[in-house]
Amino acid sequence: MSDHDHEHDRDEHDHDAHNAPESGPALRVKALEAVLVEKGLVDPAALDAIVDTYEHKVGPRNGARVVARAWTDPAYKRRLLAGDAAAAIAELGYSPGPQGEHMVVLENTPRVHNMVVCTLCSCYPWSVLGLPPVWYKGNAYRSRAVSDPRGVLHDFGLELPADVEIRVWDSSAEIRYMVLPMRPPGTDNLSEEQLAALVTRDSMIGTAIVPPPGR
Amino acid sequence: MPQSLEELMAARGLAPRETTFGAPWEARAFALALALADRGVFAWEAFRQRLIAAIAEADASAAAGRNPATYYECWLAALEDALAARQLVNAVDLDQRAAQIAAHPPTPTKAVSTGPIKIA
Repeated sequence: MSDHDHEHDRDEHDHDAHNAPESGPALRVKALEAVLVEKGLVDPAALDAIVDTYEHKVGPRNGARVVARAWTDPAYKRRLLAGDAAAAIAELGYSPGPQGEHMVVLENTPRVHNMVVCTLCSCYPWSVLGLPPVWYKGNAYRSRAVSDPRGVLHDFGLELPADVEIRVWDSSAEIRYMVLPMRPPGTDNLSEEQLAALVTRDSMIGTAIVPPPGR
Repeated sequence: MPQSLEELMAARGLAPRETTFGAPWEARAFALALALADRGVFAWEAFRQRLIAAIAEADASAAAGRNPATYYECWLAALEDALAARQLVNAVDLDQRAAQIAAHPPTPTKAVSTGPIKIA
């Protein structure tokens, strides 16, 4: 495909919302929104704000900052693990999810590795991790995380020693889990901010560990 | 027929992206459910139970070798169900409105550039 075609594609994509004929679910959603606006049940500006928030403002960086604080502040870590995790998370300025669900943070140790799934749908700690990745919502992960967690971790490129216990947690509307990964070696001199930069989304779902810096 | 950006990229052999939304309508459907639950139009749990049912149905379709509904198609079905249960929007209204929008697409607001008109 030539560069020109690329430009053309992108241009069309950008203007899709304004003038392309629509069909299927795109048309259905547009009709639904029109009916709901007419009935005064939704405000288009509020929808814009929600989309903007979840696309740009809420994301795994929030969770990474929670993890880095827990690594560097033992009192914070105690509050995060023992008490009300949502309150400890709110200390960093992150409001709980729209449904005000209960948050539980699970600590990984050299003996125990935690991983999180939602077997029924896609419950996920939005306020700290943003929206779930595509695979988290897929049937393969939802079923195999339970039937063969070690195999799933293998697929993610993570081989844990056989004596490490893997605990799989099922998120629900009532309780959302987030993993507190282990702090990698060789990070004693890093600042909280530098530590946060190392923390990946998958390490907070439990399908990865946080690699040492420079790897 | 490929629809979402992810499917288009996959069709062109590009690595699947882990975007939160594959197409603008998915983001819109997502926001609609949140906004309506937030206003108490329906309970979040009522919506979630419908989402669970729709996903279970898609999983069953996939297991039976049929083409399953995508995640946000399930989301949209759950949203329509939750609204129908509250007798706020019915399928007939929705079909009519969709036909109306399809018959009268908004006038283009901006011409599509065909490139520079002169290069000297």
